[in-house]
Amino acid sequence: MESLYAITTGVLSACGFYLILRGRTFPVVMGLTLLSYAVNLFLFSMGGLTTHGATIIDGKTSYADPLPQALVLTAIVIGFAMTAFAVILAMRARGDMGNDHVDGGRNREDREETRR
Amino acid sequence: MTLLWIALLPLLGVLVPAFGAGLRRRECSLATAALPALALLLMLAEVPALLDGETLRFAVDWIPSLGLELAFRLDGLSLLFNLLILGIGLLILLYAHFYLDPDEPYGRFYAYLILFMASMVGIAMADNLLLLWVFWELTSLSSFLLIGFWSHRSDARKGARMALTVTGAGGLALLAGFLLLGDIVGSYELDTVLASGETIVADPRYPLTLALVLLGAFAKSAQFPFHFWLPHAMAAPTPVSAYLHSATMVKAGIFLMARLHPALSGSELWTLTVSLVGMTTMLYGAWFALMKTDLKGILAFSTVSHLGLITVLLGIGSPMAVLAALFHIINHATFKAALFMGAGIIDHEAGTRELSRLGGLRRAMPLTAVLTTITGAAMAGVPLFNGFLSKEMLFAETLTSPVLGGLSWLMPVLATAGGVLSVAYSLRLVHAVFFKAPTQEPPKTPHEPPRLMSAPMALLATLCVLVGVFPSALAGGLLDLASRAVLLAPLDFHLALWHGINLPLAMSAVALVAGAGLYAAHAYLRRFLRGFKPVDARLVFEAGVQRAGNRAEALLKRLDNASLQRYMGLLLLVSLIFVALGLGKMPSLAGEAPQRPVDGILLTGAALLMFSGLATVVTHRYRLISLLMLSMVGLLVSLTFARFSAPDLALTQLSVEVVTIILLMLALFFLPQRTPRESSLPRSLRDTVLAGALGMTVASLNYAVLTRSNASISDFFLDNSVSGGGGHNVVNVILVDFRGFDTLGEITVLAIAGLAIFKLLNRLRLFMPHSDTEGRLWCPDRYPMILTTISQTLLPLALLVSAFIFLRGHNLPGGGFIAGLITAVALILLLIARGVEWAQARLDFPYQPVAIAGVGLATLTGLGSWLFDRPFLTSAFGHFQLPLIGEFELATALIFDLGVYLAVVGATLMILANLGKVTTLHRPVKDAHSPATSGKEKR
Repeated sequence: MESLYAITTGVLSACGFYLILRGRTFPVVMGLTLLSYAVNLFLFSMGGLTTHGATIIDGKTSYADPLPQALVLTAIVIGFAMTAFAVILAMRARGDMGNDHVDGGRNREDREETRR
Repeated sequence: MTLLWIALLPLLGVLVPAFGAGLRRRECSLATAALPALALLLMLAEVPALLDGETLRFAVDWIPSLGLELAFRLDGLSLLFNLLILGIGLLILLYAHFYLDPDEPYGRFYAYLILFMASMVGIAMADNLLLLWVFWELTSLSSFLLIGFWSHRSDARKGARMALTVTGAGGLALLAGFLLLGDIVGSYELDTVLASGETIVADPRYPLTLALVLLGAFAKSAQFPFHFWLPHAMAAPTPVSAYLHSATMVKAGIFLMARLHPALSGSELWTLTVSLVGMTTMLYGAWFALMKTDLKGILAFSTVSHLGLITVLLGIGSPMAVLAALFHIINHATFKAALFMGAGIIDHEAGTRELSRLGGLRRAMPLTAVLTTITGAAMAGVPLFNGFLSKEMLFAETLTSPVLGGLSWLMPVLATAGGVLSVAYSLRLVHAVFFKAPTQEPPKTPHEPPRLMSAPMALLATLCVLVGVFPSALAGGLLDLASRAVLLAPLDFHLALWHGINLPLAMSAVALVAGAGLYAAHAYLRRFLRGFKPVDARLVFEAGVQRAGNRAEALLKRLDNASLQRYMGLLLLVSLIFVALGLGKMPSLAGEAPQRPVDGILLTGAALLMFSGLATVVTHRYRLISLLMLSMVGLLVSLTFARFSAPDLALTQLSVEVVTIILLMLALFFLPQRTPRESSLPRSLRDTVLAGALGMTVASLNYAVLTRSNASISDFFLDNSVSGGGGHNVVNVILVDFRGFDTLGEITVLAIAGLAIFKLLNRLRLFMPHSDTEGRLWCPDRYPMILTTISQTLLPLALLVSAFIFLRGHNLPGGGFIAGLITAVALILLLIARGVEWAQARLDFPYQPVAIAGVGLATLTGLGSWLFDRPFLTSAFGHFQLPLIGEFELATALIFDLGVYLAVVGATLMILANLGKVTTLHRPVKDAHSPATSGKEKR
């Protein structure tokens, strides 16, 4: 179970990293989102993987680690804010610069694409 | 205490002209002179104590941990320099009063001048190496301001910059040298340093220390090869040149060598380096002084030459040589200041400083002619003038000092050569300006300056003669005090005009005769030298600076090519390397904990998760499809949380997922629907390898953590949640209570992100596609009936659910974050179904204040605990009994959570509704003739 979980996290983060390295804004934003999923899963697992545990105090003995959960919960919300900011920035960049290249599009293909 | 005032009064004096801008010129000059004059008088009052053999000290701690203290001393050397600095400074002030044009900002000029004076006094009196250095740098800065005073002139700016670069760089070397010195001795106090000369010379770091200190001193005192800044500093107004290059700035380096003489000079290295550098400088400067045609240029190079002379004497280092050096410091200051003033007067009254355009001025300016001749003779070393005495002492010392071993005979020969050149250029200066028949008319008709403008010059020229004739009576006492401070022992000496016929006298005679001959042959010499190309030091320097700048720029361009892709690639590569290095150090990746078995559900979930992640990447050029794949990842992550006992996370992830995908779809409307294929195959391959490697390190790290049992601090939270936080849901209690401060920070970030997005969307103009990539028009059915009906029905229910989730959050899965997201989702659904205008007409509230109110409420809850003398964000809770409902619990954390709720709702709606507004404004309509009414259209 542990190795499966680790491999999944690894695959998701590799996908995120690949998309972050793309040249257009939208894939990069998606890459960021994907990476934040992977990071959340990674952080979440820092408390160990608990099956049928609880974070509600009700007299049961098996508890899941509540601390990573609390941290990841806020991380999810902040991750949303970050994704939102990045994507609006991408829109703004396209509006102001006329293309959606991450470098502001200085090569010819971009300009052609804009004209089209 | 008096010492502090002597140092402090000039510094306070900076404020007088700075704030006295309203004063008239005369009052301003007088007021400016008052404080330095007072400092001079205070110091003279201390002279009797000095004569008793005392060294006066004053010290208070400044930064004790650094060894820096505000410590001043007054000994013979300080006295000598302070007399020059303050005395000549006051004369310069008088001179500048007449020199500056009435419309120039004299207040500013005086302020700079006094600042410079104060920092020089600080150098002369500092009793702590670090303090000395501080004043040292202050002179570099204030001289920069002075040299660049006429900032509208390019040569002034360049000259100032060059002086600052050279002396500033020297200052840094000096600091390093001082630090080493302090390290060797163990203290920065001057007395300790001066007393441990033997320790210093014996230390293995001595050569480095000496090199660094000398670098600073040579740069400041314009010694070869750092001499080039000085002639270019002549772009300054003449009073500045007269002050900086006679008595002060360039003497600072000399002062430093004299001051540290007991500590550093006891070695062959010192003798050789200092005397040879001095000799080179002396000859080099004298030669170029002879070649220059600009009055101030001649004086500048002759200053370089005379500084070299003093350096030679300090390098030789015998007691008499030190005495001669000190004597020449005084002599040079007097005649050179007077000569600069004379050059300024000629420039002022005749309108030019070019020798070729001047001539025969003795008729128009008889007084200036006499004074310049006297001081020029002093510079040449003519008997009966003060320069003669110190120069004779130099000749005598070079004869007796075995500096160069078997080649020691070179020293007197070279010294005589320097004397010859010095006679030649002095003669040329005086003759060409005043006595030669003029070849051209000067730009202005020359006449005598105002009487008072000549007064400082006259005073200095008188001193030249008096000291020259009665050296013992006028300078003997001062030199006795100063030499005692440098040599740390009294010296028995006798200054006299006549020593009988001896070798030094013969050398002087040779210098005088050969110098006159050289001047006579000067025209032929110039013609001969015309074949050589002159090297302009400024061009070389500027080219050097330019080259350094270009190199830096080229390097920067290679590193920083403004490509995000490259930055990301490098960043990821570096992090990969470091993580891999760390992983490589682990003995084994797997820990001691056993693996648990995998069941079918887990396997399917993981497979789906990996598949949807990979599918997002594979389809990333078809953005909508890729986005759908991404939403699948989000949902599966939410299920993962649910599977591993984290209901709160699952709920949060689910609602965030909905909001994120809606947001991205809205954004996609404004962005190209497809990503063009532009990455080359090698690039894609490279990125794949990099991403793959990073993924593997992440997986390895995760695996390593998961297979180790870890001691968590969570037991504390589990134990104290109910008793301390009054809640059964530990995650929520952590969020709103234990780690409430973190949460407060997080909702603040959320609100700020919302505000930033609001601002980014302001006046955004975007290209609006009217159809999709296949050319199909958007669906004309804008608000589908079923969606509208359902969303409207759902809204109250959703709000009820969010209220329920919010209230139970403290004890069961839920809380402010989740409730806020559910409310936001419900409202967004309504916005989608009905359009922003429709919704806004009914839900008439702005979102920004809601988010800010949320953050504010959470902060206030935290502050509230201060009222009860508790730390920030302490929570309180209690159980209450209500009829019919029964017992229930209330905690202040609930109010905090309400703040979280409001912040989340406000920020989320701020982001999405504002984006939605952009859409609505630009939405293409079927009926192109009535775009204005399209928004209000109801279906």
